[in-house]
Amino acid sequence: MELVCPAGNLPSLKAAVDNGADSVYIGFKDDTNARHFAGLNFTDRTFEKAVSYAQDKGRKIFVAINTYPQPKGFERWQKAVDQAAEYGVNALILADMGVMDYASERWPDLNLHLSVQASVTSAEGIRFYHENFGIRRVVLPRVLSVSQVAHVITESPVPVEVFGFGSLCVMVEGRCLLSSYATGRSPNTYGACSPASHVRWEETGDGTNTRLNGVLIDHYGEGEKAGYPTLCKGRFQVGENTFYALEEPTSLNTLSILPKLWEIGVSAIKVEGRQRSPAYVGHVTAVMRAAIDECMKNPGSYRPKDRWMQKLATVSEGSQTTLGAYHRPWQ
Amino acid sequence: MKLSLGPIQYFWEREHVLDFYQQAADSAADIIYLGEVICSKRRLVKFEDWLAIGNELKQSGKEVILSSLTLLEAASEMSSLKKLCANDAFMVEANDISAVQLLSSAGKSFVTGPSFNIYNGRSLKLLAQKGLKRWVLPVELGLDTLRDLQEVRPEGLETEVFALGRLPLAYSARCYTARSHNLPKDDCQFKCLDYPDGRILETQEKQEFLVLNGIQTQSALTHQVLEQVPELASLGVDVLRISPQHRGTMQILDIFYKSINNNDIEDLFEDLLLLIPHGVCNGYLIEKAGMEYGTRQTA
Repeated sequence: MELVCPAGNLPSLKAAVDNGADSVYIGFKDDTNARHFAGLNFTDRTFEKAVSYAQDKGRKIFVAINTYPQPKGFERWQKAVDQAAEYGVNALILADMGVMDYASERWPDLNLHLSVQASVTSAEGIRFYHENFGIRRVVLPRVLSVSQVAHVITESPVPVEVFGFGSLCVMVEGRCLLSSYATGRSPNTYGACSPASHVRWEETGDGTNTRLNGVLIDHYGEGEKAGYPTLCKGRFQVGENTFYALEEPTSLNTLSILPKLWEIGVSAIKVEGRQRSPAYVGHVTAVMRAAIDECMKNPGSYRPKDRWMQKLATVSEGSQTTLGAYHRPWQ
Repeated sequence: MKLSLGPIQYFWEREHVLDFYQQAADSAADIIYLGEVICSKRRLVKFEDWLAIGNELKQSGKEVILSSLTLLEAASEMSSLKKLCANDAFMVEANDISAVQLLSSAGKSFVTGPSFNIYNGRSLKLLAQKGLKRWVLPVELGLDTLRDLQEVRPEGLETEVFALGRLPLAYSARCYTARSHNLPKDDCQFKCLDYPDGRILETQEKQEFLVLNGIQTQSALTHQVLEQVPELASLGVDVLRISPQHRGTMQILDIFYKSINNNDIEDLFEDLLLLIPHGVCNGYLIEKAGMEYGTRQTA
């Protein structure tokens, strides 16, 4: 199983490579990718350095161009495809059918991966992209159980990559508009969910309110640690209860099911978090590397080590982790 | 412009569904979309029933389309989808790429629904070559993008706009209605039946924000484009979609019918507001946050 790690800047990229990532995925500094955050991502100059740093060490560079261009600005996505191809990257991670059509026509030899943002959950869907654009890998949304992933793998015409660690989208990716409903900006249109530009932290008499474009996402009492107001991870009221109605602030962690993922034929494990720090990338990459190596050496006797779990807990949202949809009871 | 009645998003009692489509047979809708698009566990109306309802509506002069499930996970859902796409009676609305693949590889024409991502002309053109006959503008896109897309849309392709209804905003593996009752999805006890317009989710300040509808999350506000009907007509939009709500859907269809036929929109808007459960929005259409409501200068 290949380990695919995130990098939002050069120090993160080095941390990923130095700690054992097989591949690193990055994006350009604009709205062509789904981590379009201030101060993040790669310019021409840093992009070139990133590609050579990774490739000189025998690792691969994937470029996420995984938002959905509208007619105005479509050239930006074409330019991103061209630039990445000209730098000799190992694969593009694409979501939009129009962008994919362009990339496969202009750069027929370039590896194309279907992004999680394409929202494809079945082998039939994968076949569409394989037959029309020759994709060579698919990244599955975080909505399938392990047995459902296994079923897709048996029928998929291309290798399957799944998420192994990081912040958890509770909605099927690529078809979640909660963020644009509240702010006008979504992962699809703008490359960001619950964008910082619309966030307000507000001290109240009894704690802190977090708001997204004015909408109260959560209220934290005195002494309670306030989290970032990601829309789906707030506390809301339904009926008589106020609770995390959609999802708790928690991260996905698959260490305990790695042998299972290996057994069903998962080809690559992806770590989420291009927006996170170089320290996060380094820690998570090191743990995942050790775990995957151990799992592939002794799948029968593999157990996640306490120190791995502790390390990952320290960099998890709300210091909690979950198996998410992989584990049926979560659903 | 024609009017369509979108698929029922909620889980209704069988009798209610049958009654609803009896009324729809005499309604202002020209096109009627049928089928379960949210949850495969909702089986009070079966595939054969949908075909029967479709045949009756067809005899009443309606164009009938069968809508596919939006989020596919289980192998059984794929089997149902294959059966749906293999039907020879009616065209299918694909709400997921799996359906597009099945239909296009069988050489069948199809429609794409509001949660199917078509954001640019290149995608539109490609899908038209695959058999796309009508597409619904993704709900988060507005008039400016619609105008650009109308300029490049392939010959003969019809454009439909989600004109009224709670917005389909997200889909998940998790069932939120069951979760709100502290029940697992596998033992949901069909709680959705208790919420024929979905279950309201409020902020801690009592702002009615979202609606839980099984695995789907909707807006609490009803998106409506009544005031933009003349502009949508001038942009060459072919169909306006009314998404069913528990009460008043046929009256809403009448209101939109009148708006298309040049009645005074201000008066109609007053009538419309009386039929809406929790207030209206139109932000997406006017290029703002979806939950906002406002007017826009006609360009």
